[in-house]
Amino acid sequence: MAERSRDRKKRKKEQTEYFFDYSLLFVVLFLMGFGLVMIYSASSYEAQQDFGSGTYYLRKQLVADILGLVVMMVMANIPYRFWQRFTTLAYFASLALIPVVLTPLGVESHGARRWVGIPGIGFNIQPAEVAKTCMILFLANMVCLMGKKLRTAKGLAVLIALSVPHSLAVWKITDNMSSAIIILGIAMLMIFVATPDYKRFVIMGAAAAAVVIGIVWAIFNTTIIEKLDFRGERILAWRDPEAFAQGKGFQTLQALYAIGSGGIWGKGLGQSMQKLDFIPEAQNDMIFSIICEELGLFGAIAIILMFIMLLWRMMIVANNAPDLFGALLVVGVMGHIAIQVILNIAVVTNTIPNTGISLPFISYGGSSVLFLMAEIGLVLSVAKRIQLRELV
Amino acid sequence: MPEIHNKIAHRKKILTVFLCCGLALVGLFVRLVYLMIFEADYYAEKATQLHERERSIKAARGRILDRTGEVLADNRTVCTISVIHNQIQDPEAVIEMLCRELGLSEEYVRARVEKYSSMERVKSNVDKSVGDRIREYEIPGVKVDEDYKRYYPYGELASKVLGFTGGDNQGIIGLEVIYEKYLQGEPGKILTMTDARGIEVEAAGERRIEPVSGSDLYISLDRNIQTYATQLAYQAMETKQAQGVSILVMNPQNGEIYAMVNVPEFDLNDPYALPEGTGENLSQEEQQNLLNQIWRNGCINDTYEPGSTFKIITAAAGLEQGVITPQSQFSCPGFIMVEDRKIRCHKVGGHGGQDFIHCMMNSCNPALISVGLLLGVDTYYDYFSRFGLLTKTGVDLPGEAGTIMHNKENMGLVELATVSFGQSFQITPIQLVTTASSIINGGRRVTPHFGVKVVDAQGNMVESFSYPVTGNIVSEGTSATMREILEMVVKEGSGKNGKVEGYRVGGKTATSQTLPRGSGRYISSFIGFAPADNPQVIAVAIVNTPQGVYYGGQVAAPIIRQLFENILPYMGIEQTPPENES
Repeated sequence: MAERSRDRKKRKKEQTEYFFDYSLLFVVLFLMGFGLVMIYSASSYEAQQDFGSGTYYLRKQLVADILGLVVMMVMANIPYRFWQRFTTLAYFASLALIPVVLTPLGVESHGARRWVGIPGIGFNIQPAEVAKTCMILFLANMVCLMGKKLRTAKGLAVLIALSVPHSLAVWKITDNMSSAIIILGIAMLMIFVATPDYKRFVIMGAAAAAVVIGIVWAIFNTTIIEKLDFRGERILAWRDPEAFAQGKGFQTLQALYAIGSGGIWGKGLGQSMQKLDFIPEAQNDMIFSIICEELGLFGAIAIILMFIMLLWRMMIVANNAPDLFGALLVVGVMGHIAIQVILNIAVVTNTIPNTGISLPFISYGGSSVLFLMAEIGLVLSVAKRIQLRELV
Repeated sequence: MPEIHNKIAHRKKILTVFLCCGLALVGLFVRLVYLMIFEADYYAEKATQLHERERSIKAARGRILDRTGEVLADNRTVCTISVIHNQIQDPEAVIEMLCRELGLSEEYVRARVEKYSSMERVKSNVDKSVGDRIREYEIPGVKVDEDYKRYYPYGELASKVLGFTGGDNQGIIGLEVIYEKYLQGEPGKILTMTDARGIEVEAAGERRIEPVSGSDLYISLDRNIQTYATQLAYQAMETKQAQGVSILVMNPQNGEIYAMVNVPEFDLNDPYALPEGTGENLSQEEQQNLLNQIWRNGCINDTYEPGSTFKIITAAAGLEQGVITPQSQFSCPGFIMVEDRKIRCHKVGGHGGQDFIHCMMNSCNPALISVGLLLGVDTYYDYFSRFGLLTKTGVDLPGEAGTIMHNKENMGLVELATVSFGQSFQITPIQLVTTASSIINGGRRVTPHFGVKVVDAQGNMVESFSYPVTGNIVSEGTSATMREILEMVVKEGSGKNGKVEGYRVGGKTATSQTLPRGSGRYISSFIGFAPADNPQVIAVAIVNTPQGVYYGGQVAAPIIRQLFENILPYMGIEQTPPENES
């Protein structure tokens, strides 16, 4: 607090010449508001049946959203460099939080133990969400510390190795491969931006692609379907969802029905049929399919454009960040949102095999929105340090 | 303070990340365009299949009307009264109204109104007038559903002809089966949207495809003739303690059937009722067999040995072939030798010398056997076939039985002799009437039938039926001669009990023994027509196993006489002035 007030005093005169990214804030607020409308539309029927109140999910999300806004404003007003000294602590603390799901504090939901209950307030958080934010902070600081060492292969290897434990823990301990992929993806994007090299990344990317294609090819050609685990089956269901209509392809197929029946203009807000228990928990990962059904291709494009605009604003902020730490923070947040949006829409449209990834700001989920808003707060904080005359 | 080092490199990389993400999103956008424009119809249809539930609306079945326009088979609109729990606003008002209108006890109605269920049936098969009254109250939560139920206003009348319908409104026996496609109509549909649990989504509304009512069938049957014939049949069955009596009344000129009675009949409004005292100890299959017996139409489904009535056919063949004339002389010693068999006449002493007219009047077996022998097996068989006796009549009722006849190769003179007076083979009553008609109507074999026309619910003609007629069965001359001979049979011969004051009636009696022979069981029958010179109506009465006197002339002929006494004036057939008997 002391530092904050000192900061404020020191810069009081220049304040008006600094930048506040209202466009970014507006896009985020729009997405959140739109998300609330869609959560109500997608969940009210099921909520009415299960809880006797159509606004059950809406009210819970509204509380999380308000909390998220408060967190965002707080974060936006704390100079981002304040966090630099805590990044190592955040790294280990977030790693240590993951195994807590196995303790009595862990909360099971939908057949997976991925949440930690905070005693006393009845609010659950996902260690995976914490890990994403902490990884962004840690890597941004690490890159600054390593400086020129990053140009060497050894430096690069160390940095990559540092990002692996969280992914591995999330994957193995909470059985949440999609979050593990997102954490690793965020890390790789940040490292890619931090180092001037391209060649190594192209090789790594090609190798990763080759491994994925190899695994998929092997699963497609397997003759012992019974021996596949659920991920293998999901890959088979991806190729032909109708053949797995009652099993792993069910959710995907129902989403495709919703998307396809939306057409160009959609059925109109609130008119979705697929949300009537056909898509279970439509307000979660599959909410984009309800958007397509109710608002059509037109609504889907509008949402995609809003996300592109959000990414573009973050690129502007990152490009103009006063220092590397700030720039990398923004790149990390940008990567986080971009990866989740792309993977979510790809899953819903059956472009990639089904895996549980929520749509940022729109899908129902308290801890997801809380940490996303914290990250947006970080970005706004970075933006505030940009001097208008330096803006490119 | 800001480090200026390799900032340009970072900017390039950040731009690369942004462009890659943008590219991925554009790719997904293309995928969406593909799904939502090019695949939209496919998925939308699949989704609709998933969401829509179909409820069918029964179509009103077409009515069956007799020749005078009297409705013989109708639909009664019945209502089902239900309550929908969560739409009820004032339970007490609902209970009070339902108790009053439906005459139910308060506890019964209260239990249903207060039960928490989506829809609770209070009473079904409620009269339409009551249903309409309840609907007019417009009390929320009370639902009145209409349904059709087949209803036969005359109960037993022509039960085996009309037939009845099953639970899905489909014909089970009789005309209801044969004219199913005209009567049934097309059921409508109510398509409603439901959620994944099958619960209707009220806001989504419903699509309704209206049912098309079935068409009305007009038949040649006359309710009054049928009613009177049924009375006569029951009377005869009772007085003669017979197992059953069949009466068939037809127009010999065009094959229209006026009446077809097979007593005992059954109640069409309760076709599955078993006679009292039976049914308790029967298995499912035995019960069904018993019902099938009850539903059997003897005029069509059963064959019998026609006996002496078949002499009409032998006589016609002989006259047509020219082997005899009405004046041909025959001598009857009471029996005739055919090969090594001695076949007796019913008159043990014999009829002595007589011309052919008297042979028919006396129903003399040896004389008719002689006619058969004069024709020979080949010629006789040809006539048998030419008269249409080997084929079915084509009557528009299900399950017509075929003729049971010797193969031509196996037919010797003994068989020929027995066939000549109506034994050793079996035909149906409808076959006998049809063949006799063709002999007396100038040689045209008509198709017996009920169906006349089909008219749709709006009164437009759908179809007017026409039936095949085969000409040149016998010559007009032979036909005229046969009419005269058969008139003589009634006037002065064995059929004199069939005589009707003021009308010229022709006919022939028969008394056939049922198999096995010697059991003492007989079938008495009489076939008669009027007026004899221009037949407008032909009728046969068949009494199965009468007790006591069993001669056709005494048992069956009076039935036809009483029938003709009533229906000839009713049909507007003019009386002929009494001839001067010389």
